[in-house]
Amino acid sequence: MLSALLVMAGLAILIGAALGFAALKFKVEGDPLVDKIDAILPQTQCGQCGFPGCKPYATAMANGEADINCCPPGGEDGIRKLADLLGREFKPLNAENGVEKPKSVAFIDEQTCIGCTLCLQACPVDAISGAAKQMHTIIAPLCTGCELCLAPCPVDCITMKPVEETVDTWKWRYPAFQLKPVAARTAA
Amino acid sequence: MNALRKLFTFNGGVKPATNKAESSRDPIVRLDQLPLPPQFVVPLHQSVGGIPQPLVTAGERVLKGQRIGGSDGNFSSAIHAPTSGTVIAVEPRVMAHTSGLTMLSVVIEPDGKDEWVEIQPLDWRSMDANAVRDWLRDAGVVGLGGAVFPSHMKLMAGRKTPMKTLVINGAECEPFITCDDLLMRERADKIIAGIRIMRELLGAPEVLIGIEDNKPEAIATMTAACTANADATIQTIAVPTRYPAGGAKQLIRVLTGIEVPHGQRSTDYGVQCFNVGTAYAIHEAIDLGHPLISRMVTIAGNVGQPRNYEVLFGTPMDFIVRQAGWKDDTNAFIMGGPMMGFRMPAFDVPVIKATNCIIAASPRLFAPPPPEMPCIRCGECARACPTDLQPFEMYWHSRAKNFGKVQEYNLFDCIECGCCSYVCPSHIPLVDYYRFSKTEIWARERQKNAADEARVRFEQRNERAEREKREKAEKLAARTAAARAASAAPAATTADSPTAPEAPAPTPAGDDGKKALIEAAIARAKAKKAEAAGTEGEAPVVEKPVRKVLSEEEKKALIDAALERAKTKKQAAAEKPVTEE
Ligand code: SF4
Ligand code: SF4
Ligand code: SF4
Ligand code: SF4
Repeated sequence: MLSALLVMAGLAILIGAALGFAALKFKVEGDPLVDKIDAILPQTQCGQCGFPGCKPYATAMANGEADINCCPPGGEDGIRKLADLLGREFKPLNAENGVEKPKSVAFIDEQTCIGCTLCLQACPVDAISGAAKQMHTIIAPLCTGCELCLAPCPVDCITMKPVEETVDTWKWRYPAFQLKPVAARTAA
Repeated sequence: MNALRKLFTFNGGVKPATNKAESSRDPIVRLDQLPLPPQFVVPLHQSVGGIPQPLVTAGERVLKGQRIGGSDGNFSSAIHAPTSGTVIAVEPRVMAHTSGLTMLSVVIEPDGKDEWVEIQPLDWRSMDANAVRDWLRDAGVVGLGGAVFPSHMKLMAGRKTPMKTLVINGAECEPFITCDDLLMRERADKIIAGIRIMRELLGAPEVLIGIEDNKPEAIATMTAACTANADATIQTIAVPTRYPAGGAKQLIRVLTGIEVPHGQRSTDYGVQCFNVGTAYAIHEAIDLGHPLISRMVTIAGNVGQPRNYEVLFGTPMDFIVRQAGWKDDTNAFIMGGPMMGFRMPAFDVPVIKATNCIIAASPRLFAPPPPEMPCIRCGECARACPTDLQPFEMYWHSRAKNFGKVQEYNLFDCIECGCCSYVCPSHIPLVDYYRFSKTEIWARERQKNAADEARVRFEQRNERAEREKREKAEKLAARTAAARAASAAPAATTADSPTAPEAPAPTPAGDDGKKALIEAAIARAKAKKAEAAGTEGEAPVVEKPVRKVLSEEEKKALIDAALERAKTKKQAAAEKPVTEE
């Protein structure tokens, strides 16, 4: 009996120590809720939510200062995930923040670009390369499509182009169409 | 020695009608027995991995076997011209892919001379293994069993475990397809030559060639070739006919008894598996110096005479099907077999490296599937699954788009063999659901990776901005204050945007020569743009300088200004770009 007690007590001490160690070793930096919210946000960094980037919006949401339906790039899908995570009611995207659009990337008309570096400074993710008075180019795979470079361009040479589907990014459609004939027949 | 060997079995599997007799009656139609098509369309991306870069331009003359697409890095494979002729275009063309999407392709008009580029064999025995792999990469050799994985990537000796067994897949279990069967019957010695190169590169002491026992001729010729080779470590073994015995993990299981667990690779157990067609292609590429420009293709289904053809890549599918006898009620092509094949978006899509079979489909041959009924959880699918999965669970969660759950049920171990759909009494197109889930998960993965990268880059940029600000803090204290005031002012003026282009004049800090230069440049660009775009470009040009002057105000305040603008003036910002599209 005593030995069993001792064993249990020893185990408890050991596990306690291990847990304590783990808490120190795997200490989560920052606020875990903010990070969880931030992981859902699309990181377009466009500011359409009214905050200077996704993280600030995530922080505001975590503090209950912002609604969950303010991020147009995240769309309905994103709002659903946020509603799940935060235990709030789903609501449609707030139209004041903008509309959900197909993902686009910026494109610089190299003939017109004067190399003023203004777009480069506006880009939140350093997706534009170029030096002063040199032609600038968008590094398309890095561009989030935030459109922040459009307004600063003095010669209006940046346009947004929707990202085209390729054989590698193509997705199989949801096979629900198979159900249609049945539905039609039962309805008739 | 065949009889001595103990064979193992895999769970599940089905026995569909094989439909192989018609197309395996006659020998392969060789390349020199066929006319050239009027045009070749060679897609540049035909294998797993990166997209090769085009090495030719329109108008150029190319020779047969000339490299026209260079491999992009190591995880990719080169593309070659199928015949000599003129490149008439390098442009996107519809690809042999269910999606009907296009792929950058080299269009070649043959000159009829079929003139080879200078070719030379590789003396592989005296070469470094890496040089042989590079040679295979540049010869465009990929797995011809259907997965089109670059072969040089698979021919690496095991990292963790030394290679024990090289399995050569001649099982060819899928109905209708007989191209490997005929290849083994007619070119067994060449397959053995290829196998010898492969086992050398892999350092595998033992080679097992697995062939389903419904191909007695192929087993006989391969056994004879092994005997002639006088090497007891290369053996031909007949395996029981049961679909999908030709799945890599299933064949490895049957031949070696090794059961590769979910989510692991056979190489972790010292086994690597290649198709017989790949062995043949490796022999051609090394012993003859012929890059991979053709393959054996079974033409079957709704045609006059089903048969096997050696077909150059880029040949339009309907051209080769017409050789076998076109029938007018053909309504689609299926690339691959009836179990795992894909419907083609058009008749004239090109034959590519993955094309092992073209089945001409007709309403008579393939009746439309009966309507899908609800799953009754009978468990038939789980009993038929050769990879020991729970198909109905994956189906339920795919249907509910619960992708996390689908992955927990090892979706990515599903080889899309179609056994589950085949046995399902409710006629549920189960594999379609798995394909939907897989591509959806990949897309989300890509999106997530892009978002993670954007987050890091955004944070780095903010840190950099912070640092720069700190460093300049003392020096620029006064100017920063001015900038703050200034950047607040412009925000107010932007609201009434219909300001005339003369707006640059009231610039408050009109001191720099630099600013004057930029303005001159803007004027030049404006003129150029107006010239080029005519009427279309005018409105925004008038509006722009206002904004430019405002944001140009203070360079270091720009980041703040951009975000500020987005925050306070998001309607204005949204309005402009949206109307552009
Ligand atoms: S609106 Fe833009 S900045 Fe705000 S959370 Fe969404 S993507 Fe991020
Ligand atoms: S290039 Fe333009 S649209 Fe793309 S991320 Fe940068 S600022 Fe946004
Ligand atoms: S075979 Fe079809 S009906 Fe039966 S459990 Fe599987 S999916 Fe459901
Ligand atoms: S398609 Fe996938 S789930 Fe269905 S039987 Fe084959 S391996 Fe199993």
